Amino acid sequence: MTAPDWQLAIDSLLPLVTGAVRGTIPLAIMSFACGMVIAVVVALMRLSRRRFVSWLARAYVSVVRGTPLLVQLFVIFYGLPSIGLLIDPWPSAVVAFSINVGGYAAEIVRAAILSVPRGQWEAAYVVGMSHRTALVRVILPQAARVSVPPLSNTFISLVKDTSLASLILVTELFREAQKIAAFSQEFMLLYVEAAAVYWVICLALSAVQSRLETRLERHVAT
Amino acid sequence: MSQPEDERREALLTVTDVHKTFGSTEVLRGVDLTVHRGDVVAVIGASGSGKTTLLRCLNGLETPDRGVVEMDGGPRVDFATRPSRKVVHALRDRSAMVFQQHNLFPHRTVIQNVLEGPLVVQKRPVAEATAEAEALLARVGLADKRDAYPVQLSGGQQQRVGIVRALALHPDLLLFDEPTSALDPELVGEVLSLILELAREGWTMVIVTHELQFAREVANTVVFVDQGRVLESGPPSQVLRDPVEERTRQFVHRLLHPF
Repeated sequence: MTAPDWQLAIDSLLPLVTGAVRGTIPLAIMSFACGMVIAVVVALMRLSRRRFVSWLARAYVSVVRGTPLLVQLFVIFYGLPSIGLLIDPWPSAVVAFSINVGGYAAEIVRAAILSVPRGQWEAAYVVGMSHRTALVRVILPQAARVSVPPLSNTFISLVKDTSLASLILVTELFREAQKIAAFSQEFMLLYVEAAAVYWVICLALSAVQSRLETRLERHVAT
Repeated sequence: MSQPEDERREALLTVTDVHKTFGSTEVLRGVDLTVHRGDVVAVIGASGSGKTTLLRCLNGLETPDRGVVEMDGGPRVDFATRPSRKVVHALRDRSAMVFQQHNLFPHRTVIQNVLEGPLVVQKRPVAEATAEAEALLARVGLADKRDAYPVQLSGGQQQRVGIVRALALHPDLLLFDEPTSALDPELVGEVLSLILELAREGWTMVIVTHELQFAREVANTVVFVDQGRVLESGPPSQVLRDPVEERTRQFVHRLLHPF
């Protein structure tokens, strides 16, 4: 066993961090944002009194959660072209991750909406609000607080899952590591280094999460 | 109060033959009720008698299976067929409710809680609505809690904010659903005395309560609900002191002499 090539470790840090800043992080943020829109829509559909609407949402969640993310990614990037739909790597990744996060987060949002006491709906109605206004002004803000911890979890998972995008040729952190590892043959070094960069990103996210929680908890009895 | 005099006064709310079933339980079995302008109606009855359900039918929080709820000046809601959202809304807008568990919005300050209806729903001018809300808060002794969050208040203060939130809607009718049942005993007084004040000012209200002393003090009509029906109603001196029905007598006795 030879000593690690420290110079390589230092030299490769910049490309890895660049991969994170240009690839991993924006990919995760964009996918999470789109995913959350899907999640709220699907959660509301799932809670709808209309049977078919609710069934549709249930089916969506079932398919997303019941199939591997890697397979979803491959269907979109390698599968769709064969039926004439050719999507570039980056948008393919955003679409796949959004759909995936949407499915998981929908259940979190649904549970969070259900956790708001019925009395809050009733108070909103008595004040004269419509169902929609009550949802937007009274229920969702309270549901948001409840859903921060589980959604943070989902986001952190997503950050790490974006490494799968390397398999559909998206330039991000892990793909940079693979490229450098391939020509330097320093696999151990590069992959451990990549892991360390992911870890640092997730540490930062955890810190953001606890600050957000403190902020949102300020009006709640402890 | 004699009957003919009663007839002359203007009916604000008329409830006719209201039925409500939850699953296989018939909670309301044909309730009739008339509330005149300026009336303070205390609804009493054992738990499970249907009194809270009755109250919630008055503003459409519960949808009766059949029966008619009519407000003077509209709307008249006939529940024989499922009423439209719009008509239920119109009914609800005539009244405001104070809940047993205040149900204040925890993510909004006291003043925001009060202004949610006037500003967001009724779209009243901000300056005017705010000034009014502040005056109402000052009136109930909570001017200094304007920017506090509900969690920072005592139970009695929360309930007083709940009452202010209801008043700020300018309702024709105030509905109280056991407003002191969730409070610590030492906080009950401050809420009851506020309701009493409002009654003396001439607000029309329907109060579901277990506080018979209070009912006697505040109400001009006491309604005893038993097994989903109005078994007896009349002035408190009659219903609470000298009830006609044996079941009313038993109930009043049980509440006044719990041991």
